[in-house]
Amino acid sequence: MKKYVKDLKVKAVEFPHEWYVLLKLTDEEPLPESVPGQFVEVKVEGSPQTFLRRPISINYVDREKNELWLLIKKVGQGTHKLAELKVGDTLNVVFPLGNGFSPVQKQGEKVLLVGGGVGVAPLLDYGKYLKEQGAEPVFLLGARSQSDLLEQELFKAIAPVYVTTEDGSAGEKGFVTQHTLLNKEKFDRISVCGPKPMMVSVARYAKATNTPCEVSLENMMACGLGACLCCVEKTVKGNVCVCKEGPVFDINDLTWEI
Amino acid sequence: MADLTTKIAGLTMKNPVMTASGTFGYGLEFADFVNLEEIGGIIVKGTTLHPREGNDYPRMVETASGMLNCVGLQNKGVDYFCEHIYPEIKDIRTNMIVNVSGSSPEDYAECAAKVNALEGIPAIELNISCPNVKQGGMAFGVTTEGAATVVKAVREVYDKTLIVKLSPNVTSIADIALAVQDAGADAVSLINTLMGMVIDIEKRKPVLSIATGGMSGPAVKPVAVRCVWQVAKAVSIPVVGLGGIMNAHDAIEFFLAGASAIEIGTANFIDPTVTVKVAQGINEWLDAHGCQSVGEIVGQLNA
Repeated sequence: MKKYVKDLKVKAVEFPHEWYVLLKLTDEEPLPESVPGQFVEVKVEGSPQTFLRRPISINYVDREKNELWLLIKKVGQGTHKLAELKVGDTLNVVFPLGNGFSPVQKQGEKVLLVGGGVGVAPLLDYGKYLKEQGAEPVFLLGARSQSDLLEQELFKAIAPVYVTTEDGSAGEKGFVTQHTLLNKEKFDRISVCGPKPMMVSVARYAKATNTPCEVSLENMMACGLGACLCCVEKTVKGNVCVCKEGPVFDINDLTWEI
Repeated sequence: MADLTTKIAGLTMKNPVMTASGTFGYGLEFADFVNLEEIGGIIVKGTTLHPREGNDYPRMVETASGMLNCVGLQNKGVDYFCEHIYPEIKDIRTNMIVNVSGSSPEDYAECAAKVNALEGIPAIELNISCPNVKQGGMAFGVTTEGAATVVKAVREVYDKTLIVKLSPNVTSIADIALAVQDAGADAVSLINTLMGMVIDIEKRKPVLSIATGGMSGPAVKPVAVRCVWQVAKAVSIPVVGLGGIMNAHDAIEFFLAGASAIEIGTANFIDPTVTVKVAQGINEWLDAHGCQSVGEIVGQLNA
């Protein structure tokens, strides 16, 4: 899939929660082809401490409106600077990068999509794709509290949504792996994106129930192109670049203790 | 339009812009962004006699105007390069140069000899300055004796253009440069990364897996310019300058300090098209200043 470096235009800036910003980007030309689970590397202007690009997963691609959505958690100076972008500003983006989630395997397959925190972002695009391709996605989304559950209405418009919050203010109280859904239903496969401890516990559940499972990693990156070999993950094939061979990996290819 | 043709010993390049090893993969990773044939030379990832897995993650940490890395020469070895990668890159009409590293003079020589047999590789860059491996690497590059031993061993088996990449982590880089010149190097390139360290104050642990790493990016540029200036005054062989070059202005500084060509490294991570932009920018600067060639400004500092 061809990669591009482009100055995209900021079409909308939304703040779903104080920790997050949603940037809707567009271009005069049709946006390049991409698959769910791929990511972009954005250049942050005006932040002296932010030297490298920031890798951000693709939250959603709206082909009709020619929009690329980036749902960003404000963590450091770079992401805070991104949250200051205004409608009409440009953002320099290298994309689409990485492998993305698995394509549909068979019609009617039940795919559990598990997301935690800002890790829910790429699951919106993936869920929509799966639904369109004849699969049956089910979302299981985790957050600290009801207020930081992201894009709930958009997820619900695609497929059933199950929720856990750490304080119990929405859905079931606890972590995603404690949700009763997991004891009731069997899935053909699972895709996960979120904090590493969450992904490890979902991977354990998948292994215990013999369910195929893929996880999306977010190792620290520099180039995003497989050139610098900085973002490597240990796999059964040795150290491989998360930016190029990933970010999505089958849990059987990783060396996690699960 | 100025003539950007650049000669480094036996190597002729269409312009003085090269890519620094380890920052541009094998060139193919950037083929969607730039026409590789518009780059003077592409120095590919550090290659060793045997495959290396490199160091554990984390291997990279961002710093003010730069970054540290401790990749540790991860590569699949020279035989894999010759069989699988060389056929993919040999017909790209630029100078494909292999960066060679090792853990003993014999390793370096054996690896260099294998690359010598590849018709489409007109030069090697000998890495005696990697700060991220326990054995070899920088150990050879920090003494005049060590540097000369490796260069002599390689010179015996390698008959094309031999560029030797120097470490700034030394007392006198000019002394090392003189030693490798005497040992038979055709050119020197400098600087490799500066050894640095970043600490996570909450964990009270170094961020990088092996504690230290090599610093690169615009933060190191003044150190690199100083090293090029000192070395260019000392040696009679061509000097290739690198260290933090982000644009044509930076490149011109290196030419004035005495570099005949330059390498672009970390900037490739920020802008994958930076190489061709720098080449164009050099051309524009030379035109604007009435210069016919890069050679006219090499080492031309006013007293």
